[in-house]
Amino acid sequence: MAKITFDGIEIEVPDGTTILNAARQIGGNIVPPAMCYYTPIKGTGGKCRACLVKVAAGSAKDPRPMPKLVPSCITTVQDGMVVENTVNQQVMDVRKGIVEMLLINHPLDCPVCDQAGECDLQNFAFEHGVATTRYEEERRTFEKIDIGPYIQLHMTRCILCYRCVYTADQLTERRVHGVLGRGDAAEIGTYIDNIIDQDFSGNVIDVCPVGALTDKTFRFKQRVWFTKPVNAHRNCENPKCSGNVVLWYKGKDVLRVTARKDEYGEVKEWICNTCRFEKKETSDWTIEGPSHIQRTSVISANHYELPVMNPQVIADLPESSVRDLENNPPLKLGR
Amino acid sequence: MKLTNRSKHLEKKPMTLLERAYLPAVLTGMGITLKHFFSKKATIRYPEELRPIAPTFRGLHVLKRDEAGRERCTACGLCAVACPAEAITMVAGERKKGEEGLYREEKYAVSYEVNMLRCIFCGLCEEACPKAAVYLQADKMAPPRFERDEFIYGKDRLVEPVDPNARSKRGIQLTAEQAEALARRMAGMDA
Repeated sequence: MAKITFDGIEIEVPDGTTILNAARQIGGNIVPPAMCYYTPIKGTGGKCRACLVKVAAGSAKDPRPMPKLVPSCITTVQDGMVVENTVNQQVMDVRKGIVEMLLINHPLDCPVCDQAGECDLQNFAFEHGVATTRYEEERRTFEKIDIGPYIQLHMTRCILCYRCVYTADQLTERRVHGVLGRGDAAEIGTYIDNIIDQDFSGNVIDVCPVGALTDKTFRFKQRVWFTKPVNAHRNCENPKCSGNVVLWYKGKDVLRVTARKDEYGEVKEWICNTCRFEKKETSDWTIEGPSHIQRTSVISANHYELPVMNPQVIADLPESSVRDLENNPPLKLGR
Repeated sequence: MKLTNRSKHLEKKPMTLLERAYLPAVLTGMGITLKHFFSKKATIRYPEELRPIAPTFRGLHVLKRDEAGRERCTACGLCAVACPAEAITMVAGERKKGEEGLYREEKYAVSYEVNMLRCIFCGLCEEACPKAAVYLQADKMAPPRFERDEFIYGKDRLVEPVDPNARSKRGIQLTAEQAEALARRMAGMDA
């Protein structure tokens, strides 16, 4: 076990835990953002530099600070480590620079992009970036390629986080796409057109932090904040598929099926392509109830959940509401 | 029956000779009526005459076109989510090959409807629009109609005409001085 201090909060975590995961155990606003690190996928992390933190003391034995900011997602903790994230001005300034770097070639076509509203880069830029750009040169563009019947690739939006490459490696039977070219010319490609149709390949859509890989069956159908997410499950024939999904409804129509994401946008239970792309009828699913949306998300606009209230005050609530309140306590005012 | 003790009992006095003659009172009344013939009227002859409209008035919506005559709207839905009255609905579509001259972006609004009965003309859609596509015109109002469906304005009535001379003057068309002033203000905000 190692005891570390993160932003002044002490926590004891097992040896070999990364700084980012230690911070996630604390939770709240102090957790560094992550664009490329993805807990369930091995090998991710260390590419986007969004999670850089300052290590003010390396360990109890050697309390010198680390000379440069370190990526918290791949740096493991040591006993007596002191880490600074939100309290360190240098970290905050560097994070602004990282946003600027990631947005250099990003087309900023959020009004067109299907990912808008649930985009990690959008949230990251909104929280840490500046409102204007200093970049005046031409942005990088690519020839459009058709990578498969279900998945739409927008290479201009890609930030080269490699999440989809590792996902395809570890989930599908064979990976047929990868990062081709080097440096400025690096791009996600397949060499052969229309080839990504392996089972479980649809998970790269959920894994993508930006709108580079989007669902072709949902393309331009609706903005995500006009759809209503509902948790559902089905007994999938595929033993590797969990069958636990979120259905995105508009009226009575299921427009999109995605895997369930946790508060850090990570999918823990993968779903197969049949569940994702072919089961778009309510009758295919067992509905569990509306999924919880964080109040900071734009998807929660016009998304009526249980109101902010004190259940003790309101007598005779229906039993289902009481159960919901216990599972999912609303904000308590005056605390 | 008396409900309260606040009522006053008034004594009715007999009328004087002047009052009994009636004619002076009638003439005074006619005088007041005649005076109003020549004073300024509170009403206007509405359909022919219009009241002056403030330059910041927010009237009927318009969907702007850009310099090349392409529709600016990309159906991003920000106006609809900003709308407090939920008056705006839209359906997006993908631009096909050969339609580049019609629509500015690869996505466009196949249908765009504003319910003028729901709309409160607050202008939040105008503020939310990232593409400078929707504006509330200062010089146009939704005219009265008999049927409710006639107040649901579709793209046929919202998109401005292709001919630049027939378009509404308000909106993104700034004069040279205004554009310069705006640029200076934006530069000041960066610093």
